Amino acid sequence: MRQVYFDNNATTPVLPEVFEAMRPYLLEQYGNASSIHSHGQAARAGVERARRSVAKLLGCRASEVVFTSGGTEADNLALFGILAQGDHLITSSIEHHAVLHAAKRLEELGSSVTYVPVDSCGLVDPDDVRRALRPATKLISIMMANNETGVLQPVVEIGKIAQEAEVYFHVDAVQAAAKVPLDVTRIACDLLSISGHKIHAPKAVGAIYVRKGTFLRPMLFGGSHERSLRAGTENVPGIVALGRAAEIAAEGLQNGSLEKIGELRDRFERGILTHVDGTGVNGAGAARVANTANIYFDCLDAEALVIALDLKGLAVSTGAACSSGATERSHVLSAMGLAPDRARSSIRFSLGKHNTDDDVDYALSVIPETVARLRELSPVTRASLE
Amino acid sequence: MSSQTIAVAMSGGVDSSTVAAILSAQGHNVIGLTMQLWNQRRLAGRDGMPPAVEGRCCSLDDVYDARRVAETIGIPFYVVNHERRFENEVVRPFVREYLTGRTPIPCSLCNNHVKFDQLLTIAQQIGAEKLATGHYARVGFDQDVGRWLLKRPRDHCKDQTYFLFGLTQAQLSQTLFPLGDMTKPEVRELARSYGLDLAEKPDSQEICFVPGGDYKRFLQAYLEEQSEAMPDTSGELVTTAGEVIGQHNGIHSFTVGQRKGLGITTGFPLYVVEIKGDARQVVVGSGEQLYSKTLRARGVNFIAVKEFAEPVPVSVKIRHRHEPASATVEQTGPDEVLVTFDVPQRAVTPGQASVFYAGDTVVGGGWIA
Repeated sequence: MRQVYFDNNATTPVLPEVFEAMRPYLLEQYGNASSIHSHGQAARAGVERARRSVAKLLGCRASEVVFTSGGTEADNLALFGILAQGDHLITSSIEHHAVLHAAKRLEELGSSVTYVPVDSCGLVDPDDVRRALRPATKLISIMMANNETGVLQPVVEIGKIAQEAEVYFHVDAVQAAAKVPLDVTRIACDLLSISGHKIHAPKAVGAIYVRKGTFLRPMLFGGSHERSLRAGTENVPGIVALGRAAEIAAEGLQNGSLEKIGELRDRFERGILTHVDGTGVNGAGAARVANTANIYFDCLDAEALVIALDLKGLAVSTGAACSSGATERSHVLSAMGLAPDRARSSIRFSLGKHNTDDDVDYALSVIPETVARLRELSPVTRASLE
Repeated sequence: MSSQTIAVAMSGGVDSSTVAAILSAQGHNVIGLTMQLWNQRRLAGRDGMPPAVEGRCCSLDDVYDARRVAETIGIPFYVVNHERRFENEVVRPFVREYLTGRTPIPCSLCNNHVKFDQLLTIAQQIGAEKLATGHYARVGFDQDVGRWLLKRPRDHCKDQTYFLFGLTQAQLSQTLFPLGDMTKPEVRELARSYGLDLAEKPDSQEICFVPGGDYKRFLQAYLEEQSEAMPDTSGELVTTAGEVIGQHNGIHSFTVGQRKGLGITTGFPLYVVEIKGDARQVVVGSGEQLYSKTLRARGVNFIAVKEFAEPVPVSVKIRHRHEPASATVEQTGPDEVLVTFDVPQRAVTPGQASVFYAGDTVVGGGWIA
């Protein structure tokens, strides 16, 4: 059976060149980057080269890059590293759970949190952020691109607001990295998170940009790794892979590969909207990253559609899954004001650099018939037959 | 038998796991489905509830077991979320029934409204021709009457037809019960032979969403979570003659046939013989007064027949662990019947099901009014 992977916002395959870059650090260059001897030095060199590559992607100094175990740790470090009891955080209702659940925990620990809403396109209004400012506000945390809809948030405007208010600004750029240019100076953020496995590096490596002079409390205590911001022996192979993936991502922003993904996504969206009734793109009115299409299919249950498509070799997802693996209600689509039935009928298609025209053709060939079958057998139709 | 696409409702237990293995070994295209029905974390830690997630239903351990079985036998496997439906169709009615002095059976509601409705729909939507479950029951089409029949399994000790009386003809026509001709020891043996390491997993007994079986605490915790006050259902303890002999703290704490916990001492044993929900009265009486000659059943589902044109002799089961008793059943409304037992039966309990059998065949069943 043909296999088409349209779930690149969940994770991406490791690129062969990335794998080749990390391979020696798994086998030959196995040193601890903190060791004095030559093995350690070779590992250290790999880590620092990767740091420069990541810094280049983010537009910051190498010394401002801290490696983490991934996007979640980066987000947690930003929030827990800045906020203490009594402090106020401004974030949005559509953040990833890595931010939202960290914010909930901070509330339990005595911080206060304002969750600014989004409009029907899924956009945060910078004025809402401005209005939410209080004397106790210490941090604003807003994502750059939403993982479910791909909608790009006005982080530059929000950065200005943060700067004027002299409040720290954290940007969760996990879903924006490699899809739009990241320039921490232009965004005027103090903290910015990225994740390796969303940009063709392996799982369990990520990084956070920490602007020089930002006082961040560590969450992990131990050795003085990562300028004492993140104790624990460096994941050298993962970091090297992230560095290589960052270089390739930076090239991708220049060499037209992003445009290609955007064309495929647009053709896919047009195809679905043309050939399947009762469909629409969630977040269509806003600027979005080029690879993501979040589409509702009225009168059906997205959970069944995901399974039916998987059985035909097309891998897609609903926005969120709970710990058992079942579909959970999307807090993002709810926050956008989608009716519950429509939110439950929405599917995220996220394309990647491996996808081809044939993949889009295949998806466009299986989706209409699958949707038709599901609708025909929907509970409403069935009840009327009995 | 030609190869079919069959969805299997997998709970992570021995029975449904073995069903998946049997069908897969027979060459069918099997898809494993597990239902996420209830989030145990919701009520964890509330007054009287376990601090951690200890309940059985939809526990991650069970999903993990089901997933591992699917991996062992090499079939696709998915978890589907029916929490909303389960809460509306099973949990809320369960709470409401207790608060009105009845004794509900959530498993039947779940079968009717979730498992053989929602899950069956998803099974069809993803291309399955049939839905198989690990229930001990038999299903088949009877040419003579032109209807799908539900029958007791070979192993009467494991008979689960009592919980399946609500299945419609359409539902039965799409259902498979592959364990209907097997005994539990045979199923465990088969599970071992298929290399399923959960072959020795103990059977589940309690209501899946009520940890430890303490339904009173569940009611309390659930209402508290819903920000609903526990309604005051306290009232009088009266005799069958109407004499008030005491007070009780709430009708939901009682069930017909109950002897303990009445809060009064008498020289002879007293039982709950009736709960008057509207009057909030708990009626107590002697052991003899617990016996009823008749019962009325509502919401009747007819399986082996279209209707009862005339009074029919059947045997009737009035709770899961009840030896079917001879009776005559007479239709009194579109989905209402009057059951008259040959010999009065002990503790006919409103809220439970009464299921009518002709030999091993389930003729139909309804809710005891």
